[in-house]
Amino acid sequence: MATGEFAAHEAHAHAAPQGFIRKWVFSLDHKVIGLQYYFLALTAVFVGMFLSLLMRIHLIWPGMSLPFFGEIKPEVYLSLLTMHGTIMVFFVLTTAPQGGFGNYFLPIQIGAADMAFPVINMLSFWVTFLAYIVMLSAFFVTGGAPLHGWTGYPPLSALPSAGPGQGLGADLWVISIALFCIGALMSALNFITTTLDMRARGMSLMRMPLTCWAWFITAILGLLAFGVLLAAGILLLLDRNAGTSFFVPLVTVNGQLAGHKGGSPLLWQHLFWFFGHPEVYIAILPAMGLCSQLVSVFSRKPIFGYRAMVYAMLSIGLMGFMVWGHHMFMSGMSPYSAFAFSVMTMAIGVPSAIKTFNWLGTLWGGRIRFSSPMLFALGFVSLFVSGGISGPFLAQPTLDIYLHETYFVIGHFHLIMGVASIFGIFAATYYWFPKMFGRMMNESLARWHFWFSLVGTYCIFMPMHYYGMAAGLRRYSQSTEVAYIHNLLPLQKFITFAAFITIAGQFIFLFNLFWSMKFGKKASDNPWEATTLEWTTATPPPHDNFAGRTPVINNGPYEYGVPGAPRDYVMQTEPLTVATH
Amino acid sequence: MTNFSSAADDSSNYDLPQFETRLRRARLGLGVGVVGIVMVFVSFASAYVVRQGLPTLDPRTNTLVHDWFPLPLPWLLFFNTGVLLISSLTMELARREVARNIPPARVVSIPAVSAVQERTIFWLAFTLLLGLAFLRGQWVVWRELAASGFYVATFPSSSFVYLLTGMHGLHLLGGVLALLVAASASLLPGPVESRVVVVDVTGWYWHFMALLWVCILCLLTLVR
Repeated sequence: MATGEFAAHEAHAHAAPQGFIRKWVFSLDHKVIGLQYYFLALTAVFVGMFLSLLMRIHLIWPGMSLPFFGEIKPEVYLSLLTMHGTIMVFFVLTTAPQGGFGNYFLPIQIGAADMAFPVINMLSFWVTFLAYIVMLSAFFVTGGAPLHGWTGYPPLSALPSAGPGQGLGADLWVISIALFCIGALMSALNFITTTLDMRARGMSLMRMPLTCWAWFITAILGLLAFGVLLAAGILLLLDRNAGTSFFVPLVTVNGQLAGHKGGSPLLWQHLFWFFGHPEVYIAILPAMGLCSQLVSVFSRKPIFGYRAMVYAMLSIGLMGFMVWGHHMFMSGMSPYSAFAFSVMTMAIGVPSAIKTFNWLGTLWGGRIRFSSPMLFALGFVSLFVSGGISGPFLAQPTLDIYLHETYFVIGHFHLIMGVASIFGIFAATYYWFPKMFGRMMNESLARWHFWFSLVGTYCIFMPMHYYGMAAGLRRYSQSTEVAYIHNLLPLQKFITFAAFITIAGQFIFLFNLFWSMKFGKKASDNPWEATTLEWTTATPPPHDNFAGRTPVINNGPYEYGVPGAPRDYVMQTEPLTVATH
Repeated sequence: MTNFSSAADDSSNYDLPQFETRLRRARLGLGVGVVGIVMVFVSFASAYVVRQGLPTLDPRTNTLVHDWFPLPLPWLLFFNTGVLLISSLTMELARREVARNIPPARVVSIPAVSAVQERTIFWLAFTLLLGLAFLRGQWVVWRELAASGFYVATFPSSSFVYLLTGMHGLHLLGGVLALLVAASASLLPGPVESRVVVVDVTGWYWHFMALLWVCILCLLTLVR
């Protein structure tokens, strides 16, 4: 029909591309860009996991010769540690939840045809991809990858002569981070503008799904945080290559003066952690939003305290900018400053607890469907609580001074920031896979994957807390030289074997993902009987998301168990004919 | 059962966006982008203030001394500032001029846009020349500093002067490219609305660059 075609073409800022390059490589379509981000993160997570496996093997069999690396020397261990942290934090935890699922589903969930600026969206992905390639290339240059950890503390990170990986490898690391920041800023610009300006008629802010709120707040955090990291990265590059002294004090390397004076390593720490702590929330807020969504969908109940959830996320985002000093209790800061940062850090527990109780309140009395997305959402809640409960320990300067350099910190942040976010990514994958690929993932394999991951995660990271309390030091490549740490070797062995099994479990996911794309059961348009807009459109969604139609929103996103309704859910686009909550 | 409207009866989203919508969206996007740039320069400024107050160890006397020396800034820097401020004025004239071809009824709701005779391309070219003159002037400032013995790593204060002028220049270069795009849009045949949007957003970005430079100059001259 001519009118329909005309409407469909005019509907979109750009016509549906025909060629392979325009359709799948340099695509302007937010859905394709979302998939590009997702698969970038997927490759990154396996690279990061492989590096952690090498570290775990080395920790319990220090003399073993490993493929590609041979016998791992202490400096190689540090480079593995650096690249594992950097790849996981930036190219997995920041990339998949926001760049991947956010790009794919934010426009659809608010009823838009695309992101506000499709070209900038495409550029943001390709800059991120370039950053990833530059980061990986650090492995293959003279001296190898840098040793300075994902936090890049100077003077180590600022002095090319400070270690084998601190030459070109460290330059590539800084350049990669700077590129990533530019990509993230462009992405944040798109998310914020799209959310504020492209919502469909009736989609007020307080009718947005909590996923959209989470992506929106995450974008604001990214906008404010990545600019600071970019500035710090530029200063670090100048210190490394132009002889400036922003971060480097008067220091000697191998008995020689390094040629710098007067700079402050603490200045880097302040700038880095002003970015670094919000980064924790950049990683986890999208998972929080998704968990809220899934707990409601699979409990067949409205989310408990929608507005409280929104305000809690806003509070977490705001307070996240006021606590960076708790990463620096060891730096000799004034006890008064430490006290202020400590109190503010513990105060974040309040909105976090509100969210947790609201998730439990939603589950309470619900008709719970334990499908795979729900299992991972519940796993997320479990990990968030388990990892979060150790936060107030570390938030107290007196305790942190003891625990800071130990595995306690590793256990804490892997549970709450790392694996909890990863569980969010898994939950999102199982939940939205039918919409993205038109097929269902295999449920049995998904359950095996869940139990491997949940039990494995606890077996890896809970013992680390005990290892840390027993003064087991992090960043040490070997525990064989010091008697009291050597006595803890059985615990390290247990952790490594748990890591073997958990990583093996991830191949179940990988197999399920690709197998189901081809052979999975055909999915209906709304297999989970959910209410939000992505389930009102075809599977997979057409180029302009709603085939030339404009959704008109009448309801909130969580109308489940509505009394008097013909079904136990009311779509957001359906006329409101029954009493609502 | 579900409630949709067709593209024909709802222009809020699926039509080629209305001019007002496009302009509003572009301005919003620019505003958000500006916040990101501001965060970069705020970080530099805070580093400037912190670095200024830091003592360093003098190995000869083994005492803490301050190594911050105020850099004598070339007067050309102030002349360049004048050039940039004038370019901001010409850019504003271009921005206002470009709205002429839009029917008045459609621009009446847009603040600071009125219908007058088109001379956009003249003012855009003038702005472009002034912008390039500013960049050239900043380069000459660098040359003067180097001729006086002040290089990037000579003093912490010289590091910051090169850093801040360089980063601002880089962002202004982005504005120059945007000006070229705006000029092309004004010369080539195409929808008038697109031309207005491009020139308008470029104009606001250019004003931001001028304001940012004034802030940087204040920092360099008043916080020494």
